[in-house]
Amino acid sequence: MRIICPLCGARDRREFTYLGHEAYLHRPAADAPPEAWDEYLHLRDNPAGPTRDLWYHEMGCAAWLLVERNTVTHEVLSAVLVHDVAEGGA
Amino acid sequence: MGFSGFRVFREGLRGNRGWARQWRDPEPKPAYDIVIVGGGGHGLASAYYLARNHGLGNIAVLEKGYLGGGNVGRNTTIVRANYFLPGNSEFYSHSLKLWEGLERELNYNVMHSQRGIINLFHSDGQRDAFARRGNAMINQGDDAVLLDREGVRAHVPYLDFEQTRFPIHGGLLHPRGGTARHDAVAWGFARRADRRGVDLIQNCEVTGIDIVGGRVTGVQTTRGAIRAGKVGVVVAGRSGQVAAMAGLRLPVESHVLQAFVTEGLKPVINQVVTYGMGHFYISQSDKGGLVFGGDLDFHASYAARGNLPAAEHVMEAGMTLMPMIGKARVLRSWGGIVDMTPDGSPIIDKAPVEGLFLNCGWNYGGFKAVPASGWAMAHLMATGQPHATAERFRLDRFTTGHLLDEEGTGSQHNLH
Repeated sequence: MRIICPLCGARDRREFTYLGHEAYLHRPAADAPPEAWDEYLHLRDNPAGPTRDLWYHEMGCAAWLLVERNTVTHEVLSAVLVHDVAEGGA
Repeated sequence: MGFSGFRVFREGLRGNRGWARQWRDPEPKPAYDIVIVGGGGHGLASAYYLARNHGLGNIAVLEKGYLGGGNVGRNTTIVRANYFLPGNSEFYSHSLKLWEGLERELNYNVMHSQRGIINLFHSDGQRDAFARRGNAMINQGDDAVLLDREGVRAHVPYLDFEQTRFPIHGGLLHPRGGTARHDAVAWGFARRADRRGVDLIQNCEVTGIDIVGGRVTGVQTTRGAIRAGKVGVVVAGRSGQVAAMAGLRLPVESHVLQAFVTEGLKPVINQVVTYGMGHFYISQSDKGGLVFGGDLDFHASYAARGNLPAAEHVMEAGMTLMPMIGKARVLRSWGGIVDMTPDGSPIIDKAPVEGLFLNCGWNYGGFKAVPASGWAMAHLMATGQPHATAERFRLDRFTTGHLLDEEGTGSQHNLH
């Protein structure tokens, strides 16, 4: 599996660290109820097919990426810098 | 007819013509009192104990493929009760006791072999943690022996004790731990459940869950609609998809866990050896193959095969720990799709839909739990109350903060 880093190009999966689903971009307010935090931290759509998740290019440019890929085929479709994604997710 | 040594002998003399099919292949009926979705180990055990412990009939198990064709046939067959946290400890202790009587209970040779498990440690801090875990296991009534380096050497002299990365300081031996033949566990539960009247329906994929007024009324399947008073979803690996049919989101992310087996070799590894720091564990099957694995591929996946980096890492760790296996040829590798929860512990609970029950989130530790999971799921579905050994496996513990984070690694799905 290779991820196309917008800064570095196509790089081996070993260079990246996976964090989790795009849901992590939707952080609730500090005073949000426990249910909102549960949803943010724990609940997942867990799709079989296209998904979007967060990867850190640890052994490359150290950028956080929002990667679109397929969980069934391991095909990587696209990657953008999280920096370029609007606050609260794309 | 029961299985016995005498029957094997008799059939041997009669050309093995007396063996019959082990279970029926019934057409689905229009309605059942209870439908279990998923004909793996946990689903079959749930159906069996519903019939056996609670005297219930009119039960169906719906399996989209063939019985035992999912994770129960894809694991590395390890059976143990070496958990630490209250909630996990009593549950797995109960499960191991059920394992110890399972062959008699099912009249089936599941090849349960209590060959012992050695968890290696590599530092003083780890020794303290393992001593504490061992004490918790003993307090639970199970067994644990803390071994120093020479103690480990007496059991497994072929390890590289002086490796520079993680020199071996000792190990925690769990003598009652071991392995079992995973397919036989599914078949044994299937045969006995069928004997008690449970309909085992294969090639029957559930495509929808019918809910009327907040109450489950049945399921839609590739073999037609089936009405049901209660539905148990026991589909680890695919829990998210099936729960979505009921409009639920679960605290589950599916990941792929790889495993490997070599060509058959003469007996050489007599225990299960785990090398947690290197992400590697190994045992030898009764056919002689070395069965080993390591950690997740670490990213969400439904591909029932892994990526090369994890395979490479496992091989490297194995060579670091026991260089002697380097000439063994790997026959095959495969991946199982596991439900990873944010605390690494499972869920056996009612869903927020009346009549719907969830058994999921087994992470990569579901096989050893099969008997106790079925036992607890049956208790929950029959009585509406959680079984005493599984009452902390609640769905709402992530909201309330009552997590069961055995490894203390935090609430991220891939870290357990």
